Amino acid sequence: MNYQAMRAIYIFEMSRFFRTYRQSFLAPVISTSLYFIVFGAAIGSRIDQVEGVSYGAFIVPGLIMLSVMTQATSNASFGIYFPKFTGSIYELLSAPINFLEATVGYVGAAASKALIIGAIIFVTSFFFVDVQVMHPLAMVAFLILTCLSFSLLGFIIGIWAGNFEQLQIIPLLIITPLVFLGGSFYSTTMLPPFWQAVTLLNPVHYLISGFRWSFFEQADVPVGVSLMAIAAFTALCLGAIAWIFRTGWRIRS
Amino acid sequence: MAPIVRVNDLRKSYASRFEALKGVTLDIEEGEILALLGPNGAGKTTLISTICGITMPSSGTVTVGGHDILKDYRAARSMIGLVPQELSLEAFETVFNAVSFSRGLFGKSRNDALVTDILRQLGLLDKKDTKIMALSGGMKRRVLIAKALAHEPRVLFLDEPTAGVDVELRKDMWAVVDRLRQDGVTIILTTHYIEEAEAMADRVAVIDKGQIMLVQDKDALMSHMGQKELIVQLDQPFVGDIPDALSAHGLEVIEEGARLRYVYDTKADRTGITSLLNDLQKAGLQMVDMETRQSSLEEIFVGLVKGDAA
Repeated sequence: MNYQAMRAIYIFEMSRFFRTYRQSFLAPVISTSLYFIVFGAAIGSRIDQVEGVSYGAFIVPGLIMLSVMTQATSNASFGIYFPKFTGSIYELLSAPINFLEATVGYVGAAASKALIIGAIIFVTSFFFVDVQVMHPLAMVAFLILTCLSFSLLGFIIGIWAGNFEQLQIIPLLIITPLVFLGGSFYSTTMLPPFWQAVTLLNPVHYLISGFRWSFFEQADVPVGVSLMAIAAFTALCLGAIAWIFRTGWRIRS
Repeated sequence: MAPIVRVNDLRKSYASRFEALKGVTLDIEEGEILALLGPNGAGKTTLISTICGITMPSSGTVTVGGHDILKDYRAARSMIGLVPQELSLEAFETVFNAVSFSRGLFGKSRNDALVTDILRQLGLLDKKDTKIMALSGGMKRRVLIAKALAHEPRVLFLDEPTAGVDVELRKDMWAVVDRLRQDGVTIILTTHYIEEAEAMADRVAVIDKGQIMLVQDKDALMSHMGQKELIVQLDQPFVGDIPDALSAHGLEVIEEGARLRYVYDTKADRTGITSLLNDLQKAGLQMVDMETRQSSLEEIFVGLVKGDAA
């Protein structure tokens, strides 16, 4: 294994994150605070408790998931797309590394960034609402798996994308709607039976449900199903990346 | 000693059925500087990209230091440094970090002293904390070279290293190449500047339409294939048409008649110099000086690609 290469890619990618620290750290704090002010204080005070949890606290896991998923995807996709765009990917392709090492470096860095942002939002939420975590280990596990799997997805998008528009289009048209409609801000039990059934087709729903369970022991789907869903999603992304590097799809002519 | 790079019947076709390499076979000896000459689209960059692992070969084999570039890619690629033609760099990183990153990518542990030394040799030391986007084109080219040298390669590919580079930098670059040669690094450079090949290369390979047309020692190539020219300086500028007595020699009047230029083939049985001198005297022209000059690699090269010098 070329550990030096993994380390080099990881550090290089993380330095991009810390170089733009205002955008990296401040943006999630501000946007989360706005969500809490609007949904937690302004509107939330008029909403009844959801499944025995105050609405302000109820949306905390969903807010974290929303940011973590979009940040992981965009960081990972940008990380690999940018060298393709500037042409500096020649160096990666001519280096003595295999797909696993490149993936560990890029995806590891993107997942770390998403994890840091998730932690920042979690801490920010303490300033606005009373949050308790019933299963801290499960919470961390769900968070890490989500960071990883969505970074893998972002990595694939970055390799696939041929221009900046394509880079944005999947997060914008697919991931954001899935997150919003997956129960980030409501319990699916509030929905009519038909839409409850439709929501079961949304993979993000399982992640949010499992993550929320680790906070409040309240879930829309059994937590075991959530775990299996995220494990399957991670495996799917890994398989796709292995295939991409074996065939050189979109990177090696 | 076995060649450090062996290219055997290498072919590359693209999905569009364009065949960029049509069976290239080429041995590169350790420690030599090989200039790869060819017109645009001849396959120079494709050949380099394939050896370096950026492009997949359609068939054929390449070994670097005895390691197959596909089966044993780690060992092969570890030996290679590549300076690409385009200024492809991460704009927001500092020079030092970018060069250090390249070293890590090739599996070498961090070595700030070595990176600093490379930057110094390339005249980049005072720019080490500058972001790459703030550098001029010539400086970016130096950064690319520094990145390629960061992992101490044994074989260095320079793809058009001095394209669009000012004279000063070009000389600096030649000095760097010379130092690398002294360290025993094998260098393969593609160039449009024939003077560059002429100044630096030990051997010259000419590639055209995906095929190697010729590989030869530079000196041998120039003496075997070269034409020489004889310049005759007259005591008085020549006025009017060339006299009939001299018309058979194909003379060219240069510098408004002050000089006459005569081209001859060193390989021919007769150079025609003696009869020219006789005819000059018959025509009543007085010579004050004469010089001969070897034709440049460029002239040889143009002749080869046109197909009339093979």
